[in-house]
Amino acid sequence: MLLSQLPVGKTGEVVAITCSGLVRRRLLDLGLVPGTKIRTLRQSPGGDPLAFNIRGAVIALRLDTASHVKIRSLD
Amino acid sequence: MKGQPLQPLLRFGIEDADSPVVALAGNPNTGKTTIFNALTGLNQHTGNWPGKTVVQARGKYCYGGQEVILVDLPGTYSLLANSVEEQIARDFIYFGRPDATIVVADATCLERNLNLLLQVVEITPLVILCINLIDEARRKLIKIDFARLAERLGIPVVPASARTGEGLELLKKTVQDMISGKLKPSPKPIIYDGEVEGALHQILPEIKGILGDDATSRWLALRLLEGDETVLEGIQHYLLTDPPARLEEVFV
Repeated sequence: MLLSQLPVGKTGEVVAITCSGLVRRRLLDLGLVPGTKIRTLRQSPGGDPLAFNIRGAVIALRLDTASHVKIRSLD
Repeated sequence: MKGQPLQPLLRFGIEDADSPVVALAGNPNTGKTTIFNALTGLNQHTGNWPGKTVVQARGKYCYGGQEVILVDLPGTYSLLANSVEEQIARDFIYFGRPDATIVVADATCLERNLNLLLQVVEITPLVILCINLIDEARRKLIKIDFARLAERLGIPVVPASARTGEGLELLKKTVQDMISGKLKPSPKPIIYDGEVEGALHQILPEIKGILGDDATSRWLALRLLEGDETVLEGIQHYLLTDPPARLEEVFV
């Protein structure tokens, strides 16, 4: 499952980051390393971007960025 | 007072560099600016970073008869220059050579703040970790072993609550001790896997030949290995007047 598909209010765990280069680095810097728990908090009116709780901070990611994060649902 | 070359600081718009310069770095929303305001009071000046549309806040405070210039860097999660803010923060810490850098971290989500800390420590050992919002952490029943953290990181750790002023005296004292050389942190170097370390050893002598033997060459070598072009621009802008043709050869 991809992070971009995680419904609001649900929790997942990062399995892998599937891109490379700057976007990958950025996601890792934001704390999205394998094993990290992540919860979808809100969705903007157009559905993009989504707001997530990542290691205690609220971070908004665009759908195309979030689709580079493979997760495992925990619910 | 300052033994470091003064010229790079001029490029950052700092003219009065006779006093020691201390940089304030940290993730967004860690209370970095609250600490900046609490330390400098009304004694501050806001402008832009030269050539950038990013706010630069600079202030002064006195401690033990010593005037200290404090520079509030933009709040970032990283120093890998993905954005203008990150590039400013990184360039200032690397090329500006501040006498000390305070990394402000949020006590309630410490873990996510340590990534930036490690990146700063890779550039310079002159780092103080200030763990802010300890009042909030206490309320959330979060316990932090500051002494153990300082021991593992190899740098001074100062707990603080900028809102109430708690810990700020100790922070100023720690900064003073670092500026005067009384406090010499020795953070453990971060060792990468064999392939990276091998490549590092290949290009390090070349870099040292161009820019002189410097404790920060390792950091520069790592960025060049990553293919970070913004670091080459920085070298050209802050360190050398003629283009570093040989560095571009090293650049992979």
